[in-house]
Amino acid sequence: MLTADDITTLWLSIKIAGITTFILLLIGTPLAWWLARTQSRWRGFFQALIALPLVLPPTVLGFYLLLLMGPKGLVGQFTEALGLGTLPFTFWGLVIASVIYSLPFVVQPLQAAFAMIGRQLLEAAATLKAGSTDIFINIVLPMAKPGFLTAAILGFAHTIGEFGVVLMIGGNIPDKTRVVSVQLYNHVEALEYGRAHWLAGCLLLFSFIVLFILYSALKIQTNSQSGK
Amino acid sequence: MVAVASNFTKPMTALAEVFTKTTSHEINLSFGSSGKFVAQIENGAPYEIFLSADETNPQKLEQLGLAVTNTRFTYAIGKLVLWSAKTGYVDKNGQILPNAGFRHLAIADPKLAPYGLAAEATLKNLGLLEHLRPLLVLGENISQTQQFIDSGNAELGFVALSQIINDHGQISSGSAWQIPDDLHPPIRQDAVLLKKGELNPAAKALMAFLATREAQEIIQAYGYGIAE
Repeated sequence: MLTADDITTLWLSIKIAGITTFILLLIGTPLAWWLARTQSRWRGFFQALIALPLVLPPTVLGFYLLLLMGPKGLVGQFTEALGLGTLPFTFWGLVIASVIYSLPFVVQPLQAAFAMIGRQLLEAAATLKAGSTDIFINIVLPMAKPGFLTAAILGFAHTIGEFGVVLMIGGNIPDKTRVVSVQLYNHVEALEYGRAHWLAGCLLLFSFIVLFILYSALKIQTNSQSGK
Repeated sequence: MVAVASNFTKPMTALAEVFTKTTSHEINLSFGSSGKFVAQIENGAPYEIFLSADETNPQKLEQLGLAVTNTRFTYAIGKLVLWSAKTGYVDKNGQILPNAGFRHLAIADPKLAPYGLAAEATLKNLGLLEHLRPLLVLGENISQTQQFIDSGNAELGFVALSQIINDHGQISSGSAWQIPDDLHPPIRQDAVLLKKGELNPAAKALMAFLATREAQEIIQAYGYGIAE
């Protein structure tokens, strides 16, 4: 059975993933919009930068963050100057790391969705004197809905599964940084296979359900759009 | 094939060099955490000798019938130190601990690492465990614990003496307090011949070599005690 400890780590992971997804949708939307529309020669540079967490081993990211956010690092000195202390071993440290780590999982689907919206449509709307907020809410948002759905679910699920980065900067503190993936790893390391099975099974089921809902919802979306 | 606990990486590399020079045998070393090795050996990993970081993991393999009986012996006894990367920070008697003028105290996870267990026992015997528990950050193993301290993210922590001494047997950087032996149960690191190595003369030769005076002197030079 899942113990109270295991449930605490699950809940902590959900909390971190929820906050991370919210932040990512806020900053990912303008970023993806810019990437989808810009002609700037910097576009390739930023696109590569955002995609980095896809290819880098999470330990590389965790290693840099540990040094950067530590008392000798640039970010660490900045947060200390603000009186916030240093970020490793804290809940918000993990949130910030997760935002970086899951960034491409949110930006890329959004960018693809925005790119699908034809330029003529937006220009037509503008000719009809629709304001940019109006265009965004009444044209872009409904048309990019599958993109938002994919972005939110992938960002959330990917953060739940985050492990290498947390291991490097978390410090495994109950209630603060001991997330479900680390708990699972510790069960396996301690040869507590019974408890490991329960947690692993829950995560497997969770991942499948999330993806199942996503793909079912996407199918309904595309069907209703093509049926129009 | 020898599975070696990662805290013993440096001395084992030196020992292997002497061993291959004085005998005609070749050896392959694999470094990792003891718990992971046990899991691998249970599932048919090709290791012939196991140098564990503790005594319980080799015992477990004996009980499972995966190790040759009557071959287990203590090849090294770990020494625990309270260490800080800052010079002059940790005093000779560990008076810094009750004063608690720090934000984070790093130890290896007591559930996974024998040095973590010894660190926890030390704090308990000093009567400081509950007082300092909110400041504890847990490394997944003893090397990660050292990284937390080395990067300055934790001001101090408990590591193995072998991690922080140089070739002359002195503390290579920072400041340290070597924990008296009576504050924690001894960290006995046991070696055992595995069933896969039972018929290999090279494996038997290495087991014999580890118990020789020459080998034990090398082990001591790297900051370990030896069994009386």
